[in-house]
Amino acid sequence: MTTAGLTPAPAPTAGPVVDTVPVVSKKTPIIFGVLTVGMALILLFEGQSGETTFRLAARTDFVQLPELTVPTMAGAWTLTVVCALLTAESVRRYLARRRTPLWLLAVYAVAWMAAFLTWAAAGESVPVVGLLAGSIALAVPLVFGALGGVLGERSGVVNIAIDGQLLFGAFAAAMIGSVTGSPWVGLVAAMVAGALVALVLGLFAITYFVDQVIVGVVLNVLVIGLTSFLFSQVLAPNSESLNTPPRFPRVPIPVLGDIPLIGPVFFRQTAVVYLLYIAVALVAFALYRTRWGLRVRAVGEHPKAADTVGIKVNRTRYRTILVAGAVAGMGGAFYTLVSVPQFNREMTGGAGYIALAAVIFGKWDPIRATLAALLFGFASNLQGVLAVLGSPVPSQFMLMLPYVVTIFAVAGLVGRSRPPAADGVPYRKE
Amino acid sequence: MKLVLRNITKRFGSLVANDRISLEVAPGEVHCLLGENGAGKSTLMNVLYGLYKADEGEIELDGKVQHFTGPGDAMAAGIGMVHQHFMLIPVFTVAENVMLGNESTGFAGTLDIDAARERVREISERFGFHVDPDALVEELPVGVQQRVEIIKALSRDAEVLVFDEPTAVLTPQETDELMEIMRQLKEAGKAIVFITHKLREVREVADRITVIRLGKVVGEADPKASNAELASMMVGRPVELVVHKDAPQLGEDAFVVKDLRVRDALGHVHLDGISFTIKAGEVLCVAGVQGNGQTELTEAILGLQEHVEGSVTLDGKELVGRSVRQVLDAGVGFIPEDRQADGLVGGFTIAENLMLNRSFRSPFARRGSLRIAELDEFAKTKLEEYDVRAPDIYTHAGKLSGGNQQKVVVARELSRDLRLLVAAQPTRGVDVGSIEFIHKQVIATRDSGVPVLVVSTELDEVVALADRIMVLYRGQVVGIVPGDTPRETLGLMMTGERPKDVVA
Amino acid sequence: MSGTDKTPPTETEDKATEDRAPEAPEAPSRSHSLLREIASGNALAGVLAVVLAVAVGSLMIALTDEEVRETASYVFARPADFFNALWDAIWGAYTALFRGAVYNDRVDDFATQIRPLTETLKFAAPLIAAGLGVGLAFRAGMFNIGGRGQMLLAGAAAGWVAANVDLPTVVHLPLAIIAGMVAGALWAGIAGVLKARTGAHEVIVTIMLNYVGFYLVFFALSRQSLLQAPGSGNPKSAPAAETAVMPKILGDRFNLHLGFLLALVAVAIVWWLLNRATLGYRIRAVGENPHAARAAGIDVGRTYVVVMLIAGALVGLAGTNQVLGTVTSGVTVDLDAGIGFDAITVALLGRSRPLGILLAGLLFGAFKAGGFAMQASEGIPVDIVLVVQSLIVLFIAAPPLVRAIFRLPAKEAK
Repeated sequence: MTTAGLTPAPAPTAGPVVDTVPVVSKKTPIIFGVLTVGMALILLFEGQSGETTFRLAARTDFVQLPELTVPTMAGAWTLTVVCALLTAESVRRYLARRRTPLWLLAVYAVAWMAAFLTWAAAGESVPVVGLLAGSIALAVPLVFGALGGVLGERSGVVNIAIDGQLLFGAFAAAMIGSVTGSPWVGLVAAMVAGALVALVLGLFAITYFVDQVIVGVVLNVLVIGLTSFLFSQVLAPNSESLNTPPRFPRVPIPVLGDIPLIGPVFFRQTAVVYLLYIAVALVAFALYRTRWGLRVRAVGEHPKAADTVGIKVNRTRYRTILVAGAVAGMGGAFYTLVSVPQFNREMTGGAGYIALAAVIFGKWDPIRATLAALLFGFASNLQGVLAVLGSPVPSQFMLMLPYVVTIFAVAGLVGRSRPPAADGVPYRKE
Repeated sequence: MKLVLRNITKRFGSLVANDRISLEVAPGEVHCLLGENGAGKSTLMNVLYGLYKADEGEIELDGKVQHFTGPGDAMAAGIGMVHQHFMLIPVFTVAENVMLGNESTGFAGTLDIDAARERVREISERFGFHVDPDALVEELPVGVQQRVEIIKALSRDAEVLVFDEPTAVLTPQETDELMEIMRQLKEAGKAIVFITHKLREVREVADRITVIRLGKVVGEADPKASNAELASMMVGRPVELVVHKDAPQLGEDAFVVKDLRVRDALGHVHLDGISFTIKAGEVLCVAGVQGNGQTELTEAILGLQEHVEGSVTLDGKELVGRSVRQVLDAGVGFIPEDRQADGLVGGFTIAENLMLNRSFRSPFARRGSLRIAELDEFAKTKLEEYDVRAPDIYTHAGKLSGGNQQKVVVARELSRDLRLLVAAQPTRGVDVGSIEFIHKQVIATRDSGVPVLVVSTELDEVVALADRIMVLYRGQVVGIVPGDTPRETLGLMMTGERPKDVVA
Repeated sequence: MSGTDKTPPTETEDKATEDRAPEAPEAPSRSHSLLREIASGNALAGVLAVVLAVAVGSLMIALTDEEVRETASYVFARPADFFNALWDAIWGAYTALFRGAVYNDRVDDFATQIRPLTETLKFAAPLIAAGLGVGLAFRAGMFNIGGRGQMLLAGAAAGWVAANVDLPTVVHLPLAIIAGMVAGALWAGIAGVLKARTGAHEVIVTIMLNYVGFYLVFFALSRQSLLQAPGSGNPKSAPAAETAVMPKILGDRFNLHLGFLLALVAVAIVWWLLNRATLGYRIRAVGENPHAARAAGIDVGRTYVVVMLIAGALVGLAGTNQVLGTVTSGVTVDLDAGIGFDAITVALLGRSRPLGILLAGLLFGAFKAGGFAMQASEGIPVDIVLVVQSLIVLFIAAPPLVRAIFRLPAKEAK
């Protein structure tokens, strides 16, 4: 600092920042390590004997993939070693100040899960197709709910009321479906019901600036009370006419449905599931590629800036959450028009909260949120399958998984998540 | 396009923010709207831009009366605004920001991002802006962000351009560039409204000047008028730009900072090994454009920053690594730059705010209980002593004016037994009367033998208070110079250049 | 605003509005803006909110009543029938509610007549305790939606001590209560620690902890080695030992037990904490403006942890109240009986102030006691109480809406 004369300023870069030491999270390698060691410990202290079989095809499949049988301990140990190698690779990348790429994460997840299944299903055979197809079935309402959540929060409205939207959608689908005898009308009714809950959310959160978390929580309670009351007073006594909705039939898609493994899992489903695929693609496209999406995101990030370019902030938010509510409502319809052919009190069992978890775990992105919801669906289905196989893991711990994972996620242990900047902040003009 | 505002009146409850303000701007003309913070300039422009609805008065463009219901209408009519706080979405690209609200679309509402890119390039080239349409706005320097704002307005074919306090966040160099841009726009036949409270800039570009005070037009001024004339019009009485103070009675090197280095959680370095010393009884002012490490410096001293290396000693005791509470207990008084965010609890009463950093021990706490009688007594005394204008000590701090809020903060900090005073932007957003009062308090503190560190982006304040001046640029010390260094030299230093005769 | 001798707007007004009006400062955090919203609503709006919610409840009762619907089909032929049926349905419901919650005029002896009132107090006790837990967290700017999980953990811990430890009453009961409160505190403390350490939003964490807690307790209840009653196949623990049961405070004819007195003590302690203690001062400072609190040397993270510990202990008290007082036959996974969520509405209605929570708890306790009576005598599902309760909170939170509905003049803007 003592050179005389005009010291030239350093080349201009962003802001006053002098230089940057890249920060690479060490969380991923740590988590990999912990999980690998955990797996090894399980194998060491809770060893199983025998062989494990993976059934890769459903009995009705056109192409029959052979069954895969491995000796339990050898197989599980091999996979654990693979996990260890992947962990080492992650550590190496961390030391080289590079991130762990997504593919590594995916490979690790599959390897670890395979190791776990090999151990847990010792002496049994794992119906892989059933496991995956069942996961989809359990995930459908979650994905719809998560999409609704992503849409709402991207526009700046925190949607804790997903559960209420699912539940009210389920109720409306059951009742209107029963009355009209058409599952399609029931589905539309569910969408209207979901949007209705969203409308109330909007009224309080957008128009009256009431805290969005509170409105959401209270709305959930309100919908539980309302549907339970109406269930006891109206549906239950007239179960024949009001609570026997028609079900959507399974419609296998030709060709696609015959692909081994993938076909039976994804393409032998009901119309609602196909609608889900469309919805995911549509939401992702609309959010990032259309004028509507640009405005929604603008309103969720910096409502005042949007206002100054002539975008009606609150109108945009209302529209978005109404769409979001309708999407979540479709998820509700899945309960009464596909899963169980009748409405029951509190039948969503808090799925809306898992959907909310998926939104956060998926970093407010429709595709990632969908993947998170699928993961949660897989976890709860895995629990069911393991219970049937008589696995050594208590089912409660499997059921806990989505919630525990979410806690880790929000605690930043699995990567930083950055919500839309104006999420949850009502917009006041003056 | 000719803009005429006629008798615009805007009220907020009982307050009249704009009282029958009239204004005319012709194409090819820069019309300056000069006024203090809070004079009602921004309110007027928000009316013009359709963000507020005027209670009375008319807006005319080329002789036609306009009825704006929102910014969309104003933009469609040809008014563009460069906001003081940029109205840009940080996570969007330049092109996305420029097209927002004015998107060209293809099939089914698909965005035509290429068209937007092209538009950005075209305007950027015409005016020599050098803006990359695909850069993320949050990664651009402020000066460039401002150009994005201008492109945004121009891309909508604005004929009237409003610049609202555009230089507040710019370096002197960037300010010069902006002045040049304004001249260019003027040449291109745009009508320009330039809102500011900085006299030098006004005299540089203005063709006409309208001065407003307390929501009313005080009169028109000649661009050739002297600073003192303009200033007295602006504040309504001759302003005392100088604080009367005696030569400092310097003591020991009480406060010593050595190789201070501050990073944020993302690894960005905000302070890169700075060193300085303040003697007992001395005021050291830190000058520099906002965002060059000043905030981090004060926060690092207080223990509010996480990643701090180097050494900060007060009377020989190390402060780095201590908790905020330990630092405060060591006798550091702190006036934060944003009093509403960091200095006060808006929902607390004045009395409660006065004990904010003293809740752990006597006189206001004893064995875990509050001593409310003592606190009330203390608050009443301070209310009087510091001339805080409030109904009583139970008034919520959030309900006070900026000046009175700041006096509460100053009262709290100065009524402790101080070994060091750190004052960041002590008079930002404060009325003239309170500025004088606060400046006197700072000097009085110095004269009681306490080292004082003042951070300010206002050169006037720096020059008024400093015994010595330290200029920060991009996290480094450009130089430490005597308090009477000419403004031109300081301005140059704020761009990171060190004049020959200055030794670091 | 004309003339020459107008006094210029005082500098106070000028600056204050300039600061606030054109660019309203961002609400510091979600919860406060709501709390302020609630606090600024006047008492009338509060009363009207209750009236409105009850009206909606009445409408639902009327619309779903068999007789009302029957008479409605020939309402034009014999309107009197319809209106009689309407009146009967609503009047019947609310008198049943009153008889179940306050005073039963249909029995002879005084003790039985006032029995409903003691039932109300019994139901109110856990609502008050848990409401304090939620409300205290609110004051620190935190949302404690984890009441359910905290009650479950507390109930499980208290239930274990109650069933598996052999001690005299004077020691056993306090020990069981403390065990429960500690368990609740630790469970809530997780959310506090995560918020303090990593910034994890407590809303998400507490919601998730509800489920984790549920499955954890479920797991413990299905393991003989942990909580399950010996020799039982059901997920239920052994009943609490006599020595760990909260004594009935009005004799055996009434169900009212010690829990209510403990709830009152909790109200007093929380009141003192918030209004007279330095810790409470810091809690409020952190809740109102964590940045300023931090700059003033208050350890914000630690305050979050401490608040969640105390809040969890209070909710835990509600859990022990259930296990050691109200249902002593053994711990089950539904011991929280919805109180965890009700507590949120109680805290909101009580504006997070201890005395307000006391009153709100009593009101909702009365709803509960009366709701069960209403279900028994009139066949109206008790769920109606949930509806009315949540509507009250919604209306309370949006006074402008209530004013608009009743066409009251809007409050002065400033």
